[in-house]
Amino acid sequence: MSSATFTDSPIESRGTLPSRGRVGMLSLIAAESAIFTIFVVAYLFYIGKSLSGPTPSDVLTIPVFGTLCLLSSSLTIHLAVRTLRNAKILSFGFWWFLTLMLGTIFLIGTGREWHRMIFDEGLTVSTNLFGTTYYSLVGLHAFHVTVGLIVIAIVMTLTVLGKVGSKYSERLEVFSLYWHFVDVVWVVVFTVVYVIGR
Amino acid sequence: MASDSIAINPADVATRSVSERLHDWVVTVDHKKLGIMYIVYALIFLVIGGIEATVMRIQLMRPHNDFVSPQVFNRMFTMHGTTMIFFVVIPVMFGFANYLVPLMIGARDMAFPRLNAFSFWLTAFGGLLLYFSFVGGSGLYGAGNAPDMGWWAYAPLTARAFSPGHSADYWTLALLVSGFGSVGTAINIIATVICMRCPGMTLSRMPLFAWLNLVMAFMVILAICPLTAAQVMLCVDRYLGGHFFDTQAGGSAVLWMHFFWIFGHPEVYVLVIPAFAFLSEIIPVFSRKPIFGYPVMVAATVCIGFVSLSVWAHHMFTVGMNSYANSFFAITTFAVGVPTGIKIFNWLGTMWGGRIQFKVPMLFCIGFLFQFLIAGLTGIMLGTAPFNWQLSGSYFVVAHFHYVIVGGILFALFGAFYYWYPKITGRMFNETLGKLHFWLFVIGFHLTFDLMHIPGLLGMPRRIYTYEPGRGWDTLNFLVTIGAFVQGVAILVFVANLIISCFQGAQAGNDPWDAWTLEWSTSSPPPAYNFAQIPVVESRRPLWDIKHPEDPDWKYE
Amino acid sequence: MSKAAGIAVLLAGFLLATRLCFGTPAASSQTPNIFKPESTPADWIFHLSLFVLAITGLIFLLVFSLIVYAIVKYRKRDGGEHSEPPQVYGSNQVELAWTVIPVLIVLILFLATARVIHSVQDAPQPPQSVQVTAIGHQFWWEFRYPTLGIVTANELHVPVSDPSHPTPTFLTLLSADTDHSFWVPSLAGKTDLIPNHPNKMWIDPRETGVYLGQCAQYCGVEHAKMLLRVYVDSQEQFEQWAKEQEAEASSDSSAEAGRRVFESTGCINCHAVRGTVADGRFGPDLTHLMSRDTIAAGIAPNTPEYLRKWIQDPDSIKEGSLMPAMKLNDDDLDALIAYLGTLR
Repeated sequence: MSSATFTDSPIESRGTLPSRGRVGMLSLIAAESAIFTIFVVAYLFYIGKSLSGPTPSDVLTIPVFGTLCLLSSSLTIHLAVRTLRNAKILSFGFWWFLTLMLGTIFLIGTGREWHRMIFDEGLTVSTNLFGTTYYSLVGLHAFHVTVGLIVIAIVMTLTVLGKVGSKYSERLEVFSLYWHFVDVVWVVVFTVVYVIGR
Repeated sequence: MASDSIAINPADVATRSVSERLHDWVVTVDHKKLGIMYIVYALIFLVIGGIEATVMRIQLMRPHNDFVSPQVFNRMFTMHGTTMIFFVVIPVMFGFANYLVPLMIGARDMAFPRLNAFSFWLTAFGGLLLYFSFVGGSGLYGAGNAPDMGWWAYAPLTARAFSPGHSADYWTLALLVSGFGSVGTAINIIATVICMRCPGMTLSRMPLFAWLNLVMAFMVILAICPLTAAQVMLCVDRYLGGHFFDTQAGGSAVLWMHFFWIFGHPEVYVLVIPAFAFLSEIIPVFSRKPIFGYPVMVAATVCIGFVSLSVWAHHMFTVGMNSYANSFFAITTFAVGVPTGIKIFNWLGTMWGGRIQFKVPMLFCIGFLFQFLIAGLTGIMLGTAPFNWQLSGSYFVVAHFHYVIVGGILFALFGAFYYWYPKITGRMFNETLGKLHFWLFVIGFHLTFDLMHIPGLLGMPRRIYTYEPGRGWDTLNFLVTIGAFVQGVAILVFVANLIISCFQGAQAGNDPWDAWTLEWSTSSPPPAYNFAQIPVVESRRPLWDIKHPEDPDWKYE
Repeated sequence: MSKAAGIAVLLAGFLLATRLCFGTPAASSQTPNIFKPESTPADWIFHLSLFVLAITGLIFLLVFSLIVYAIVKYRKRDGGEHSEPPQVYGSNQVELAWTVIPVLIVLILFLATARVIHSVQDAPQPPQSVQVTAIGHQFWWEFRYPTLGIVTANELHVPVSDPSHPTPTFLTLLSADTDHSFWVPSLAGKTDLIPNHPNKMWIDPRETGVYLGQCAQYCGVEHAKMLLRVYVDSQEQFEQWAKEQEAEASSDSSAEAGRRVFESTGCINCHAVRGTVADGRFGPDLTHLMSRDTIAAGIAPNTPEYLRKWIQDPDSIKEGSLMPAMKLNDDDLDALIAYLGTLR
């Protein structure tokens, strides 16, 4: 009995299949990317098309500090997860707390910018096309940051209560993929809104 | 005694109350139960959507009919389309995927059982919210406040100025909610197929059913999310005074169309690819040969997935895009026909040289082949942009897509119902009733949808609640309606068969069709844990290898 | 149960379809038919459609025959062996063949299609063409002829176009509210009227006559009753019509009472009668109402009886239209109808 053109491939052990959490999170990230893409397309399409009202260059100020904070939080969350894998809970707690703080600073910065734009410059979501697309895109991103921060805060609380150990490092690493995604989206949003659109 | 705490006492099982059993189903995270719930849910909405279609067909039986008012008719076609797409075909496909994918890949459940349950309930709730619109809200016209803007909800008709009631809101919110459920299930399917295959089952040894559902799941993510985004934008317009689609403020109605069809076209592939999956499992078994060209089938499906993301504006040939854009979408539309045709040829190649058994599932698959061929060819006609300028927005398009969805997808679904019914219920269905269902439905289907092409060619637009006499549309519409009734009777026969056979059908055993994939290796219905031992496979047809140890598949591919 | 019966049903349906399409009588105005083109864009589409039908028809016949052959030849015969047939897994050559050939067909189709797309959409506008601006409303058509100073509604008049000295009509398509679509199958493919998105189309009808069509994009509750009538006139007839339309409303003193009703009960808020104080733009221009055959966008004949009905109870003709019920008493209504009768 010849074996023709095919030879037995070694039976894959379960261990070589990717982890469910990682694949699930990456699929979720793909889904979210599709949503953000549509908002970005709408923003780009409507650049310069507002019939009236404040223009981007009138009211936008580049959020340098907030951006730096948010992007640094990607680094801190990465360090946090790494130290957790090595079971250094105190180190983990420190980096995790820093992530929480940096993310919160970003959100507060966005909030303050919005307050200025609404009350001082008179730009709301219903003012013109720029207002609609700006608040929707930046708001969608801020919503995702908020959801992330809530999860980070919950984990922070559990850490303080002593319930977090190195066996959760895999799960938190999967969560950190979400947080990195949120940061990458900010890079895109920042480019589209503050660089291209101004 | 120790054994008391472990052994299940049959008497206890038999006396569990109805509320206990109901509770079981409500809180279950078992993929098989959730699969059945999805399927039953879809069947109920199939009947409801069919009633909506029947109401429309009665109204259109003769010109200037007054069976229903225009407001009611417009709600009927909106609800019919929305229901059939979101609350019949998507749930039923998710139901079959849920039930069968873990079994076929030798797993005990889906990757995320709780997400599975959550996604089902989101979808279910979305449907209930949509139908609550008939009774709730502050309706201005007849039939409560059900959506009446068409299932594609073009702007600016959906703006507050032109849809002042809540019909657009019900549409948007119901679909947003069920959309999250769909994305959840899609993520689950992807993770399950990639991460939970049994030992030995490489991706190239997976049943095509698993492959095609994997592609479908990716497409759900890439298709539904743009719709979600567009619906959020519509909410911003309607509730927060935004201007995304507000043409008075410089917004673009065409932008909504782009976003909607970026969803809408891949969506129809989401609907049809699981139908292809059914065919790819059923035709080989009843031809007694393996699927012809497995790698090509996988490649063609992946190709369809990619190319179908680039054809969306063939729904927009008449909106005034420039000639380059129209040409681009024409060629991509033609191009997506190539891998689709390849699949038809491969199914033909599977039957070729086989020993075909005309059991009921195979009858439906053969019907699919003829009808999907025609549907694809009318699709090519519609992809010819200038021809589309005549045909779009007419009954020709309605005939085309019903040919795909009813003549194609629904036939494949019926085939799947009959094929896996023994596995899910443990009983055989009534063969005579099945054949009656098939022939009645073929007659009704062709009477309705063959003839329906003609009024379109004679200038009858779609989405009209009445029409002028003397344009050559009268008799045709009448006959089309008769066909609808015949199909209705066929569906009743089908539902009766499903129910009767549950009680009276012969015991099916593990493997009534002498098939080759893993779901047939376990009992009918499978136990909660699916397999006593996780199987180890060495080829694409593990049961063929077991039944033919002298000539196993792994020697050849 | 005979497979042949099913196949026969299919074939019969197909043949019936072709007969119905090509066998209809030549009355082009009363039965719209995309296979009876009377204008160049519709012509080009018709010829392209024949080409596509031929190709798809051939593909259908080929694949259909192969499927029927397979079903008949490879069916399991009773009493035959119970062994499995030869297990064939695939064939690269066959796959290549049925990939390459469809790709070639796609290329051919695309070339034919692109040519017609370009011809229709990028056709130059000759100086002697008639220019019309069509504005879609819920649920009627406004037609303006900017160079001729004409405003009318629902019934479009265009001159016939002699192929040796073409006088096509170029339409600019706008919308005042939702999406609409201009579709007169015998004259051209349809083009949408979308707010904030002007579109262009053109027709050059060869034969005089009345061509029927209707709105082909769902625009709201009475989308079904937004009909189109295109009157293709001879050159002389068209010039005569244009002259009459351009004139202001004739002032007929016999209808003074009706004119006062018209001007005092709110009609002028929506309707215009040029030469009077009425200059509303929300509804159709009524300056030459009596020159039209129909009212309410083609749904009702333009007779005093239907005018009465339309004014008193528009919902009985077109439920949900934006024309309000005027609730006039009989005397006022009689006078009003008499006045409208003078708007020739």
